[in-house]
Amino acid sequence: MKKAIEMAQVISQKPLGNDIYDMILHAPQVAREAVAGQFVSVYAKDASKLLPRPISLCGIDREAGTIRLVYRVTGENTGTKEFSQLTDGDEIRIMGPLGNGFTVLPGKKAFLIGGGIGVPPMLQLAKDIKAGVAQGLVDDNGEKTGEIPAIQIVMGYRDAATFLLDEFEEQGESFVATEDGSVGTKGNVMDAIRENVLEADVIYACGPMPMLRALKEYAAQQGMECYISMEERMACGIGACLACVCGSKDKDEHSNVHNKRICKEGPVFDAKEVEL
Amino acid sequence: MNLSVNIAGVTWKNPVTVASGTFGSGAEYSEFVDLNRLGAVTTKGVANVPWPGNPTPRVAEVYGGMLNAVGLQNPGIELFCKRDISFLKQYDTKIIVNVCGHSTEEYVEVVKRLQDEPIDMMEINISCPNVKEGGIAFGTDPKAVEAITAEVKKYAKQPIIMKLSPNVTDITEMARAAEAGGADALSLINTITGMKIDIDRRKFVLANKTGGMSGPAIHPVAVRMVYQTAQAVHIPIIGMGGIMTAADAIEMLLAGATAVSVGTANFVDPHTSEKIVEGIEAYMMKYGVEDINELVGAVHA
Repeated sequence: MKKAIEMAQVISQKPLGNDIYDMILHAPQVAREAVAGQFVSVYAKDASKLLPRPISLCGIDREAGTIRLVYRVTGENTGTKEFSQLTDGDEIRIMGPLGNGFTVLPGKKAFLIGGGIGVPPMLQLAKDIKAGVAQGLVDDNGEKTGEIPAIQIVMGYRDAATFLLDEFEEQGESFVATEDGSVGTKGNVMDAIRENVLEADVIYACGPMPMLRALKEYAAQQGMECYISMEERMACGIGACLACVCGSKDKDEHSNVHNKRICKEGPVFDAKEVEL
Repeated sequence: MNLSVNIAGVTWKNPVTVASGTFGSGAEYSEFVDLNRLGAVTTKGVANVPWPGNPTPRVAEVYGGMLNAVGLQNPGIELFCKRDISFLKQYDTKIIVNVCGHSTEEYVEVVKRLQDEPIDMMEINISCPNVKEGGIAFGTDPKAVEAITAEVKKYAKQPIIMKLSPNVTDITEMARAAEAGGADALSLINTITGMKIDIDRRKFVLANKTGGMSGPAIHPVAVRMVYQTAQAVHIPIIGMGGIMTAADAIEMLLAGATAVSVGTANFVDPHTSEKIVEGIEAYMMKYGVEDINELVGAVHA
């Protein structure tokens, strides 16, 4: 997948509540190449903010040439605050698509699990699985090669300020956990799985580290496959600076140590390969 | 119009290289940058054996800059020679291999391994503040600087660039020590040690607590140190520290650097190094400068 740097044009932007924003960008070069689970580097205009912000792709519309970013504003005077103030027609520099997306195992019943700001990338994955076009279900020519798996969606939020939930419900049976119990199961995504007695063959997940750790352990106990999307502070976004590494079980071919680059070999990893 | 410069007998087609640690060995950036356009590529530091580096988080953004504490993660000299040197040999650019180590013996081992490799220069990192076990001691003590320089010079068949730390009281003292030890060139500045604290969590942002600060915020410090060093020694200087634009690069040349190195700016825009080459050409056209070397140290009161 070829990476591009392009000036993306803002098509629309709206707040989803609790500092979460939903922005659609016209970025045809990125959209053409991207798959679910990949991310883009977004550069701030404020020259005092040097580093690109890695943001996962919540949506990819290859025909319209657009991508959708659903992201959290991390505070006042931040790059994400600047992004949230962009309006229709504004331009913003991006690089992408970066990293490797999810590869779906044909015919294997799947949990799609998202936690907090790890929720957005799971939406495009759900859509692509349902349409049978996810990576792993089609060959290089776009021909369908594998059986479309059944999916169940489990989303974890802090409180009643959920986001994207209605869109997940359109894609498949969806379950919710909230830390304060205001919506769905009280607790985390693991509590929702147990309370609803859910079962699957494989997990695809993105979310905070405690959630990923719990899922890795659960998958090992259940003998399930588990693919997780990881996050770390990045600088270059393309594998050169070695800032965003995670520990790996085996010696990595590139690094020659037990480290993998999240931006390059990830962000999606087989949970068995990485040390959390 | 001549853009080529001579650094310790090695002719670069133009005075622009990339700073060690910001560019890997060029493979990732070659998707965006035509490496043939650069005077030289300076690789990420390499040691005698693979180093795993520091825990994460390894980077933090600060106002006008960033901190890094990557900890010199590297694949070790053997894999580096096989993979990275042969990759760079595909391009028409000079190859500068940055060397790191915890001890004189480790530096020497790498230098010996590189002496018959098809590389053009070596840059010795004696200043990286991330490495607790030795970097600081070498780079901040003039006797140690002179000794390590003399030691690597015994084995290197290529010219040796000593990379100086700015975390010292008097940079010229270190520069003179390196020159006395036989250094063929100097590069400066390495990063300035900094710290960032997350006030909500009341924790250090970097796992390593401290990190090396780079980026445009340190540029004036770098210009001052390059100027002072150029007054103090007779060997050529590769100036670096917060170079974001051709204007920043030209400042460095005027301060006394013969070449410049683009570091953190690669993260801001992967095309920066190429753009700086173009920008220097445009400046020379504008002011009718026939030879880039006319600019070196041309600042006056």
